Amino acid sequence: MSFFNKLNQVQRQDLDHCFLRTTPEDVRRVLQKVSLREKDFQTLLSPAAEPFLEEMARKAHQLTIHQFGKTILLFTPMYLSNFCINQCVYCGFNTGNKITRKQLTLEEVEKEAGSIAATGLKHILILTGDARNIASIDYLKSCIHILSRYFTSISIEIYALSAPEYKELIDAGIDALTIYQETYNPELYRELHGKGPKSDYRFRLEAPERACSVGIRAVSIGALLGLDEWRKEAFMTGMHAAYLQDRFPDVEVGISLPRMRPHAGDFQPPFIVSDRNLIQIMLAFRLFMPRAGITISTRESETFRNNILRLGVTKMSAGSTTRVGGHTNSEDNTGQFDICDHRTVSEMKSFIRSHGYQPVFKDWQPII
Amino acid sequence: MDMKDGLRIGNVELESRLFTGTGKYGADSLIPEIIKASGSQVITVALRRIDMASAENNILDNIPKNIRLLPNTSGARNAEEAVRIAKLARAAGCGNWIKIEVISDNKYLLPDGYETVRATEILAKDGFVVLPYISPDLMVARALVNAGAATVMPLGAPIGSNRGLQTRELIRILIDEIDLPIVVDAGIGAPSQACEAMEMGAAACLVNTAIAGASDPVSMAKAFGQAVKAGREAYLAGLGAISMQGIASSPLTGFLHENEH
Repeated sequence: MSFFNKLNQVQRQDLDHCFLRTTPEDVRRVLQKVSLREKDFQTLLSPAAEPFLEEMARKAHQLTIHQFGKTILLFTPMYLSNFCINQCVYCGFNTGNKITRKQLTLEEVEKEAGSIAATGLKHILILTGDARNIASIDYLKSCIHILSRYFTSISIEIYALSAPEYKELIDAGIDALTIYQETYNPELYRELHGKGPKSDYRFRLEAPERACSVGIRAVSIGALLGLDEWRKEAFMTGMHAAYLQDRFPDVEVGISLPRMRPHAGDFQPPFIVSDRNLIQIMLAFRLFMPRAGITISTRESETFRNNILRLGVTKMSAGSTTRVGGHTNSEDNTGQFDICDHRTVSEMKSFIRSHGYQPVFKDWQPII
Repeated sequence: MDMKDGLRIGNVELESRLFTGTGKYGADSLIPEIIKASGSQVITVALRRIDMASAENNILDNIPKNIRLLPNTSGARNAEEAVRIAKLARAAGCGNWIKIEVISDNKYLLPDGYETVRATEILAKDGFVVLPYISPDLMVARALVNAGAATVMPLGAPIGSNRGLQTRELIRILIDEIDLPIVVDAGIGAPSQACEAMEMGAAACLVNTAIAGASDPVSMAKAFGQAVKAGREAYLAGLGAISMQGIASSPLTGFLHENEH
């Protein structure tokens, strides 16, 4: 059964009822348990769990130290192309937005790679808009070929692919996939993605399974927080992660917790996700899936990222830009969204070290 | 103890029976202190973490040259991947010892015995000194002996769990039945548990999380070094038999002695 079928069995209105019905006693019971089930995860996301954040934080910290040690893996995004034929209302690359469109030439890819590698980073995340005629599979393969000389782990965050296409990119040298469902609410998804290939909810939802089925090493999933009620979105993300881990036990499954940031276009997030809410999601998820990676990007502020170091996060981006060619070129092209933590890799490294943690630059070795 | 009590693995004679790891430390610069405090002579490191090209972030720079490097195949999901990682490690100058970790279950990190045996067979034939990590399963251990393993490394509890010798009875069977050094590899959370493994007759213990996750890792490394030594000495000294109650004279056969008076 695919996750699409599993998700169809969940009645969204029942979730509201369950969140509201949860009592402090239910939360205490869950906090005594050694391993948590989906229902327990839901309990920790409920309003009743809010007074227990400190206790959840202590457990989350302990679990993270056991599983990952005092380490934070650093990576940076590299935007290859912002051409896009979708109309995602919340995204700066929306085809309707009048922005300068650009795709890196292979010479520019090499230049960006060299500039990023000089900071010591070995893990890179490459991104494109959704324009497969321009940022084609063959173009991506050529980029990966170049990047593999500079980096030991190459992740993609691009348009959803078919299983054979994922296999082609794995064979070319990628080892990890990041793909956000944006919202797990199918009706809202339809409203937000009016036109373009991304409007196919099911094809996007099943993308991680397709990649796992052809041997990807790691996947990271998430919902864009702010589009819908966060408790439901967080619960579905956790269900999705648990589904992937159960069905593909050899894959490293992780989640990202992206909150909406200002971007080109006038769409404003309809739901506010406060710092406290985001931390509740992160802690609940850590207790639910102790082995899973948690990524917090530079969408978040320096202060927020500093404060969550001991709360379950395992991966952070650094020295980020969301502009195509932004690592080497100061020419103006609009980024996908505004980043908030502007620290360089070196500054992040110093910050992490000053708190007794180790910034990890390499945690994968290609074995092709 | 007067007699030399070394542990022989491959062609190497080791004095220390505590193996340590390199993962999960807040700073790799702690590693030399851990080695010194624990007395360990063998340290395992994941090839995926080694960055030979880096001037600043090469973990190997923190490992003293007189310490035996035990690269491991962390990240391998099947025998083929483990073999490739082992060969990459050897080509990178990490020597011919290899700890096989084949894990196709990311939830509990339990090793895959079948794939581990396959990888061991290939690598032992290729001249590696193979130290395979397994669940304590007698049949898998026997297959590893036949495949040419240098040791068998059963887990005491799931890796990183600090839950101690949960698999005690199965490890005891391996110690009794397998004619290779048994190195208890994962789950040991306290020096007392390492001591117990050694008292049972384990040849060595590998400890990482319990040291790296301690508030004072260097002191904990020292405590583990002492515990492993104490356990080994107790094993060699011969522990007395354990009874659940005080034993009276001979309630069942006492009559045999009645006519002797």
